[in-house]
Amino acid sequence: MSIKFLLNGETVELSEDTPTVTLLDWLRETRAMTGTKEGCNEGDCGACTVMVTDNSGARALNACILFLPQLHGKAVRTVEGFRGPDGAQHPVQEAMVEHHGSQCGFCTPGFIGSMVTAHRNGRRDFDDALAGNLCRCTGYAPIIRAAEAASHADIPDWVQDIAPEVSASALSPETSDELAAWYEANPNGTLIAGATDVGLWVTKQLKELTDIAFLHRCRDLQHIEDLGDHLRIGAGVTMAQLLPVLTEHHPSYAELVRRYGSEQVRQAATIGGNIANGSPIGENPPALIALGATLHLRKGARRRDMPIEGFFIQYGKQDREAGEFVESVTFPKSASALRCYKLSKRFDQDISAVCGCFNIEVSDGVVTNARIAFGGMAGTPKRAAKAEKALIGQAWSDENMNKAAEAMADDFTPLTDMRASAAYRLLTAQNMLRRYFADASGLPVSVLEVRA
Amino acid sequence: MSIAKPLPHDAAKLHVTGAARYVDDIPTPRGTLHLAFGQSEIAHGEIKNLDLSAVRCAVGVTAVLTAVDLPFDNDVSPSAHDEPLLAKGSVHYVGQPIFLVVATSHLLARKAARLARVEYVEKPALISIDDALSAKSRFEDGPRIYKKGDTARALETAEHTIEGVIEMGAQEHFYLEGQAALALPQENADMVVHSSTQHPTEIQHKVAEALGVQMNAVRVEVRRMGGGFGGKESQGNALAVACAVAARVTGQPCKMRYDRDDDMVITGKRHDFRIAYKAGFDGNGRVSGVDFIQYARCGWAQDLSLPVADRAMLHSDNAYLLENARIESHRLKTNTQSATAYRGFGGPQGMLGIERVMDHVAHTLGKDPLDVRRVNYYRDRALEGSGASGGSLSGKMKSQTTPYGMEVEDFILHEMTEALAQSADYKARREAIKTWNADNPILKKGIALTPVKFGISFTLTHLNQAGALVHVYADGSVHLNHGGTEMGQGLFLKVAQVAAARFGIDVSEVKITATDTGKVPNTSATAASSGSDLNGMAVQAACDTIKARLSHFLAKHYALSEEDVCFENGSVKIGEHVFAFAAVAKLAYENRISLSATGFYKTPKVDWDRIKGQGRPFFYFAYGASVSEVVIDTLTGENRILRTDILHDAGASLNPALDIGQVEGGYVQGAGWLTMEELVWDDKGVLRTHAPSTYKIPACSDRPDIFNVSLWTGSNAEETVYRSKAVGEPPFMHGISALMALSDAVSYCGDSYPALDAPATPERILNTVERVKRGV
Repeated sequence: MSIKFLLNGETVELSEDTPTVTLLDWLRETRAMTGTKEGCNEGDCGACTVMVTDNSGARALNACILFLPQLHGKAVRTVEGFRGPDGAQHPVQEAMVEHHGSQCGFCTPGFIGSMVTAHRNGRRDFDDALAGNLCRCTGYAPIIRAAEAASHADIPDWVQDIAPEVSASALSPETSDELAAWYEANPNGTLIAGATDVGLWVTKQLKELTDIAFLHRCRDLQHIEDLGDHLRIGAGVTMAQLLPVLTEHHPSYAELVRRYGSEQVRQAATIGGNIANGSPIGENPPALIALGATLHLRKGARRRDMPIEGFFIQYGKQDREAGEFVESVTFPKSASALRCYKLSKRFDQDISAVCGCFNIEVSDGVVTNARIAFGGMAGTPKRAAKAEKALIGQAWSDENMNKAAEAMADDFTPLTDMRASAAYRLLTAQNMLRRYFADASGLPVSVLEVRA
Repeated sequence: MSIAKPLPHDAAKLHVTGAARYVDDIPTPRGTLHLAFGQSEIAHGEIKNLDLSAVRCAVGVTAVLTAVDLPFDNDVSPSAHDEPLLAKGSVHYVGQPIFLVVATSHLLARKAARLARVEYVEKPALISIDDALSAKSRFEDGPRIYKKGDTARALETAEHTIEGVIEMGAQEHFYLEGQAALALPQENADMVVHSSTQHPTEIQHKVAEALGVQMNAVRVEVRRMGGGFGGKESQGNALAVACAVAARVTGQPCKMRYDRDDDMVITGKRHDFRIAYKAGFDGNGRVSGVDFIQYARCGWAQDLSLPVADRAMLHSDNAYLLENARIESHRLKTNTQSATAYRGFGGPQGMLGIERVMDHVAHTLGKDPLDVRRVNYYRDRALEGSGASGGSLSGKMKSQTTPYGMEVEDFILHEMTEALAQSADYKARREAIKTWNADNPILKKGIALTPVKFGISFTLTHLNQAGALVHVYADGSVHLNHGGTEMGQGLFLKVAQVAAARFGIDVSEVKITATDTGKVPNTSATAASSGSDLNGMAVQAACDTIKARLSHFLAKHYALSEEDVCFENGSVKIGEHVFAFAAVAKLAYENRISLSATGFYKTPKVDWDRIKGQGRPFFYFAYGASVSEVVIDTLTGENRILRTDILHDAGASLNPALDIGQVEGGYVQGAGWLTMEELVWDDKGVLRTHAPSTYKIPACSDRPDIFNVSLWTGSNAEETVYRSKAVGEPPFMHGISALMALSDAVSYCGDSYPALDAPATPERILNTVERVKRGV
């Protein structure tokens, strides 16, 4: 049994003895390929960005929180591999030189990784594609100029990798049935999907993980099914895969996901991981609760369903048995009243101080149904039950809306931490309802949509 | 001529291919060991018991050192000898290094460092400015005071007065490359150190002290840093000294790099400040007197806090002629990281104080803040001197001095401000914003134009010197070395452009080499924006020495005058003869002419008394102005910069592409300091924002949607290298226009003055909006 992948076009086979060695450490320490840099070792700066290609295409990923077994069956290209076989620079590299896109140069290999991948995928939304790459020197303007200049160039052949065929790996179940059997037998094991959170257990908490299963080979967990009036999203669907689906059906939820982590994080992180993690500040749960989503859990052959808000019992505790895992989530395809508001110090790649999702249905001027859920306001993602109650059956008026906002003070007792104070959290949660009301009446409410 | 060309960074091709080598990328000899510090978990106390048994037994651990194991000096302070490498019995902040783990890998060293069991006797910890004030915990005996005129009287007699307080937060450097060092033990107890430092000579000095050797036994080399911003002026000392000592103890090469979280917890940051002010002014907003009390939170050790606080005082006038001013500065000692150099070095804090005053004055009078700023500007003596009346120049040149008594001779901001206000369409946009805001109940826009006048020179006057070493080889290639370090600013290229220009050759003929204390000794830090001013001149001197020898030789050889020798376009003309530069080098070599020279430069004219606050601390001033337009959400405090226009004075730019890069990057970093970058310590002194997950520097989409940056076409009135001006720090302060624009936006929520503090996070903006709405 081994891990097999392509590194800059050459086949690499490694044993599975050290499943939590990161690609970054392996590149730098074992292969002495020091072009890929460590800036933060937690997936927040992008200095270690590499391009990873598989059958679904090319993705930019953070090598610092990417374990080697996650590369099984993939092709990796690092900054050393973006030049052509004859030494010719990639158009993105040429443009970065010409447009003065590097100063200290330390973030540059990671930027090149993201830019080559964006170029390979024909993307022009550079603010989103590069949101996960921090630069402290340039102020980004010349980097964007370079990205735009290179966007007209042809995609070089040499960056178009074809992932290798591989046989099954002991660490990576190929189906959810295999996974279910393994997890039932190893209920204290650790499941690793995108590793955007578990990666930090290793790089920051310095934990030793044993009994690991990597989920990326479970193709049947990666399906998005159209059930007519509902969508069923497999737990292994990445946030990047989910984004276009949401853009079509739930544009406001899509805008939330556009700001979820960064490109590199969205390409790795899965919706199942974000739910199962149980974090009170995960971005999907409030939106899913507001949508009235149903969670599907599985243990061995046994499956059960629950309204998703029931999964989050208290901080650090979910309604999940040992050996049971999130298999998928189902939510309505349409909810035109849904609005999702993410509040953070920085728009991109920042964890919400408050994430509020509102789904208030009004018929003939009267609120017929209200589902309001927040992240960051309690130990779990939580509904604003009293505010909902204050709204339902009442006229959709400024006065009643403000009463409901006041009622939120009884729904939540938020914490003060480094992201925000308790008072600010409560006030902005209330104000999000006021924003929702203004939004519904057609007033401009987003600074992101304003231009000079 | 290689000067003034917008050449790309000399290492750009290496950057984009991953071939540029930083300290952690240098191939290490077999057996290299890796280090990590064990850190204090409390902010203040005595170490009662230090049990390191689990650390010593951990996998991969080779050695564990504590203060008693250090063979010689246990100090890494750049100033007051008050900063032990490893704690000596007491600890003074959370994160202070207590012991040093030496292990076979970086990861194993980090793991072992967490296994110590430390028992402390905790003492009360001073975390905030107020904590330090009430405990009278400070550096220096009392506050430092600079005075001009009679401020008390000016305030008493003023038509209007205001008073207020502005708080401004600290800032993490967030250089993308964390601190790193590698020590390679040599024969006979010599040591070679590779360090990511802005100050190789300081590293050499501290390593020599720690090893008990003379400085000549230590050689420090720095090819490049992955960003510095002041954070590598003194903060690399601990790693370099740790590596050198561990290398001495083990006999093995030793390397240390901080994990990002360790870097943020251990190292110093920009000083946060509180500035209280009182100002008196007339109906036009002309300020007759201003009184500042500056409180700087310096952390636990002195480091560079005194000159930082001095520079804050020296910039409390910014661009404004203050006839009566009093500036009182408190340097407060707290149980937090020792605050250190950061781009602007106190200047931004001092400058923000007076910019707040101008904004507050304008709000009080209901005037456009730009009008108030202009009324208070220093006079442009060139404009006065060229007045149409044709009177005698000396009669017109009225003295105008800063609060520290320095004559302001070359003030160019009147013209620059007018040009920028025009190109940015300031007045019309300000009116359009009023209309827009009237139509938008939830979102509000704001705009502000702020100036920058920044003093150039080290205020510790003896640091204003530099050395260079230039070799011309017999094939005509040039080897360039000087005391400056490369941290991304393009210093090496600028200086190479100077060398190429002196010899009349292409810049590609000049080999840029790593900074090396063995080549150029006794260097100052690459800091205070002085890199190209100082090192460019030193290199020019070295090149000119060689050129003079060549000219003398050629004139004699061809029986012509030295004036007939000309170096240009890769050739040397001697009367009728034209030779390739390489041929001249070969000929000179064969005629036994020395082709190697050192160069030296010291900045003229600077002379001042930092205790009295009188004299000329600066050789000259760099100027600039910026306009920012922003939008805020009055329900959440969310905000964005919509458009920024900057006009910046880089003198006669040595390389406009590099200079514009400094301006664009400086602005975004300065705006980051004043908006989203928030360092949060809890009441136990634990830094809660110790990684990019919680400390947010601007990301790509945070740059202004529209971002117009131009350089002022002018030249330095002083004789600097090719009449250029320093450009590293001054543009940082253009970020102040973003904060003032946010304040302007908030002012549309009610009648009271916003008095917006920094960083203006969404929370701080919303709180200010709420307060202005309530009319308090």
